[in-house]
Amino acid sequence: MAPTPGNRVPQGLANDRLGLLYALLQQFGLQRWSQYVRQHWSGQRLVIAIPWVWLFLFFVVPFLIVFKISFSEIRLAMPPYAPLFEWLEEGKRLVTTLNLGNYAFILSDNLYISTFAYSLKVAAVSTLLCLLIGYPMAYAIARSTPTARSLFLMLIILPFWTSFLLRVYAWVGLLKTDGVINNTLLAVGLIDAPLTLLYTDLAVYIGIVYSYLPFMILPLYANLEKHDLTLLEAAADLGARPFKAFLRITLPLSVPGIVAGCLLVFIPAVGEFVIPSLLGRADQLMIGRILSDEFFANRDWPVASAVAIVMLLALLLPIMLFQRYQRLELEAAKR
Amino acid sequence: MKTRGWFRNGALAFGLAFLYIPILSMVFFSFNNSRLVTVWDAANSPTLLWYRKLFANGQILDAALLSLQIAAMTATGAVILGTLAGLALVRFGPFRGRAMLSTMTTAPLVMPEVITGLSLLLLFVALEQLTGWPAGRGVATITIAHITFAMAYVTVVVQSRLAGFDDSLEEAALDLGAKPAKVFFRITLPLITPALVSGWLLAFTLSWDDVVISQFVSGPNSTTLPMVIFSKARLGVSPDINALATILVLIVATGVVLSTIWMKRQERRRLLEEQMARSDGG
Repeated sequence: MAPTPGNRVPQGLANDRLGLLYALLQQFGLQRWSQYVRQHWSGQRLVIAIPWVWLFLFFVVPFLIVFKISFSEIRLAMPPYAPLFEWLEEGKRLVTTLNLGNYAFILSDNLYISTFAYSLKVAAVSTLLCLLIGYPMAYAIARSTPTARSLFLMLIILPFWTSFLLRVYAWVGLLKTDGVINNTLLAVGLIDAPLTLLYTDLAVYIGIVYSYLPFMILPLYANLEKHDLTLLEAAADLGARPFKAFLRITLPLSVPGIVAGCLLVFIPAVGEFVIPSLLGRADQLMIGRILSDEFFANRDWPVASAVAIVMLLALLLPIMLFQRYQRLELEAAKR
Repeated sequence: MKTRGWFRNGALAFGLAFLYIPILSMVFFSFNNSRLVTVWDAANSPTLLWYRKLFANGQILDAALLSLQIAAMTATGAVILGTLAGLALVRFGPFRGRAMLSTMTTAPLVMPEVITGLSLLLLFVALEQLTGWPAGRGVATITIAHITFAMAYVTVVVQSRLAGFDDSLEEAALDLGAKPAKVFFRITLPLITPALVSGWLLAFTLSWDDVVISQFVSGPNSTTLPMVIFSKARLGVSPDINALATILVLIVATGVVLSTIWMKRQERRRLLEEQMARSDGG
């Protein structure tokens, strides 16, 4: 179909390329679409729409589906769950099956409750350990000379670029009964019999702290680096001891960095799957493993979905805190 | 302050040792002849035995090739989408759906991987039922999943780079009559190139390394390298994985050092040019 007369070629800034799309739509007789494109689309809108639609389709919609399936009943079919709405008797009767059974099951079963509690405990302890190790490191880096600073930062980030999976796996070799740590301690004579290190809570803590330490150090460093050192000098002039000055000035000022670092460690650690699978106990699983087992081993998609929703609800508050922090950081950077 | 220097330096040394000893031990034992992995066989070591075995292992090589492809596609897709999102969030001012976009780009950063993996798999299953696409799962579904979580990281990197510049250069070009697309390609893009490079590398690494999400959304013929490593590692240590780790560490270390030097150079050149421009104008 030929372009209708009287249609102006769209004037404007980024509309050159859209003009092509618009002409194409007209060419194929999609008049209404081409009108719509001409009136409502601009380069700017397209820039917003592409990532928006992508994330909506592949991040938001999937959650809605998980939410929906968490109310379904398991069924021996493919996919193995019953639809929430179903037309029975050739479309005469609409049957809805909204089923809270999966949630009731999770919340009444001791296995799930203890797994949730254990996951939260492991994440909290690891986060605390990360903070205790990471804070002095970030502080030392922030107070060193500019050249040393960029060298240390590179050394902190470098392991992060090498495979996370392989770094966790490295600890299997270190912690095994006949592993490097035990062999060294035996050779030195500190112990007489090898210690049980692998497949313990300790191994999981080590694994999480080891993997997530850079996530704690970097926001802490970004915060500590910005501090005004004249405040500390003033405190010293007024007679405060260094430790007191640290407690009264540096520590309160670094709270945003502490919060950000802790959230970056805590939230993913709760759902951690790889570390407890390789290093953790066999008799006490973490919630990420339970979810994956429900899904793959038991093929119970509705219960797996309900576990995901409960986990998400438990993490909602920390996630919202993190979002707030990110927004504030960005606004601060803009100024 | 001087008296506490030892504590600071001690903490830093301890932390760095903690970060590097496991990696170095993997490198060290990759040259060990013994199958016992952690017991040094002094008589026959060092040896390249495990490297030879690694390169004779077709399963690992195929998986590595597949992972490389997926990671390259992921990085490219994530950089394009992440740049668009970052640009919209920093430069476009208020628009409808801005809060939603901002939420959707930060949430994947901390979302536990099992949840992301599960939700994407359920989406792909539902899509297949409704539309017939994707027919089964494989490279395409893994790539889509990786792009989705990697683009969040790219968005953050691009956002902070863009926030570091004020938009006066872009404004000036617009005032002089340049079209927004031209302004973007001639001014904004060159300014944020370092962020795009590190965003691309970051997305590449995230994809190359991911095992949890891949396990959910992969099909029978799309086993990525981390999936092979994970299933081997679950059975205990195996020396050829040590050899693989050593090669990867070597590549990454070289890459990071080179790109750091390159970015430093770029930054210095930019500062120099800015200074010259200022003195010319002044």
